[in-house]
Amino acid sequence: MAFLEIDHVDKIFGTNHVLKAISLDVEQHQVVTLIGGSGSGKSTLLRCVNALEEVDGGEIRLDGDRVSGRGVDVDALRREVGIVFQSFNLFPHMTVLQNVTLAPIKVLRLTRGLAEERGIALLKRIGLDAKANEYPDRLSGGQQQRVAIVRAMAMEPRLLLLDEITSALDPELVAEVLNIVRDLAEQGMTMMLATHEMSFAREVSSKVCFLHEGVIHEEGPPEQIFGNPQKERTRAFLQRIIDAGRL
Amino acid sequence: MTQVDAPDPAATRRVGRVLTYRKPALLALLFPPAGVPAMIHSLRAGRLAKARRVEEARIQGGKARDWAWIAVGVGLTCYVVVFLVWLLFANHGAVRRTYFKPDVFFGVKEYHAVAGSCATQCAASIEFHFKYWSPMLRAFWLNIQVFLITEIIVLIWALVVAIVRLLPGKVCAPLRWLATLYVDIFRGLPSILVIFLVGFGFPLAGVPIVQDWSKMQFAIIALTLTYGAYVSEVYKAGIESVHWGQTAAARSLGLSYAQTMRHVVVPQALRRIGPPLLNDFIGLQKDTATIFFIGAFDALAMARFINNNNATFAAYTMAAVLFLAVTVPFTRYLDHILKRQKLRTQGGT
Repeated sequence: MAFLEIDHVDKIFGTNHVLKAISLDVEQHQVVTLIGGSGSGKSTLLRCVNALEEVDGGEIRLDGDRVSGRGVDVDALRREVGIVFQSFNLFPHMTVLQNVTLAPIKVLRLTRGLAEERGIALLKRIGLDAKANEYPDRLSGGQQQRVAIVRAMAMEPRLLLLDEITSALDPELVAEVLNIVRDLAEQGMTMMLATHEMSFAREVSSKVCFLHEGVIHEEGPPEQIFGNPQKERTRAFLQRIIDAGRL
Repeated sequence: MTQVDAPDPAATRRVGRVLTYRKPALLALLFPPAGVPAMIHSLRAGRLAKARRVEEARIQGGKARDWAWIAVGVGLTCYVVVFLVWLLFANHGAVRRTYFKPDVFFGVKEYHAVAGSCATQCAASIEFHFKYWSPMLRAFWLNIQVFLITEIIVLIWALVVAIVRLLPGKVCAPLRWLATLYVDIFRGLPSILVIFLVGFGFPLAGVPIVQDWSKMQFAIIALTLTYGAYVSEVYKAGIESVHWGQTAAARSLGLSYAQTMRHVVVPQALRRIGPPLLNDFIGLQKDTATIFFIGAFDALAMARFINNNNATFAAYTMAAVLFLAVTVPFTRYLDHILKRQKLRTQGGT
């Protein structure tokens, strides 16, 4: 039994069949990367895992418990599964530290003192403790995204979802964000990420899945997917990435 | 004019052409203090241009343009002010006497000097001064009270209505409909009609609990019903204007729907709706005058009382001054906030 089991999950938006009976297992301490063109269903799959989207068929199990469908305590699920978005979505009316401590205080019921202590410690690890009392609009995109990662990590989730977290960043800011993800991977954080950063995916992933039109077309270790792809579509996709100079 | 050749396209399109602003200067002559300098500079610009002293001509043209704009800005203002002052003295000063009778306003007898020494004059003046202002102020206090109490209730009530209208899920649909029905009805009714329906209707129908309440309390109920509907729309728009990514982020951290509203969405909405909210409260402050119609003794009622007893229509002007004394600082403050917000957001980028 895998830590996270995605079992024949369907997702339909109106007439648009976005996910078609997708199955995928994630073991603890694994980093699973979803690659594929836009509209292939990467983000939707991540959002289903976090119950930000309801699944229309199949089910998702976390540690053996069903976490999709009716009767599931989504708030409890989201305490275990964090997500970081492409557009950061920091709370603009709160300082960096307030962003990081809001959920620990309100959801985990930590005291303010303890939550702030932990928040500062986390911010220190990413070198942003000096910005603790700044508002997000005073930070660069890269700094904002690093804070967003810390905000998710402050809940001490068992699984972290990263939804194209560098796609909205200027190129020179991408590295500082990826470095944090690399650190998390080295510390054994279980992660699922959707990304267009192929070389990064190759470096950190335990498993890479190529999605095309709502189906996992090919999955395997990064060496196989990037070095010796078996399927025609995977090869064509990677060729386009190489032609664009991104691999 | 022997040689009227077609204008050389290259010549007319030359960048070196000098603008003399002759026509604006001519129009500016309607306000001579600015129009005359405008014309002088314009003529100079023309002469210099003919002499091919382009740089100097441009400077003169620029001055002509500046003076023409001054004529618009200052001249128009002057003429409007003059017109208003003329209105005041129209009909042999009857307009002024009707609206701004000095003995009502400042306690000074208009036509006959008060006899006696300076001291008695001053005493008489002070006596007149308080004769009308103090009862007016006392009556206006009722408007202020109604306004303040209603405002506080409306702020809470409207937020409740807005949140109910935005409740998610199928099970809450009847509640949403109920709230929508309420808003539709009370946005569509004139506030004066609501105050009649409540102020006269409730005691007449013996509505339970509230039938023996005071007129002021009925006024507060009526205004809360009307303005609660307006303000709930403002709240709703503010809440909906907060990007859904904020909700997604908050929910994904494990915050419940209520916690997300309380800590993330509503605080951001409140920051945005300040200006439209203040706008509605200026409207509310003015509409407190409708309580006069159910027989509460407010500033308007007092003005009518003074007018009836002393034939001094200027009492209504006094009431107007009192309302303005509250609403104008409000609007100025509103502008001030907006300007600061703008500066802050511009500085942030």
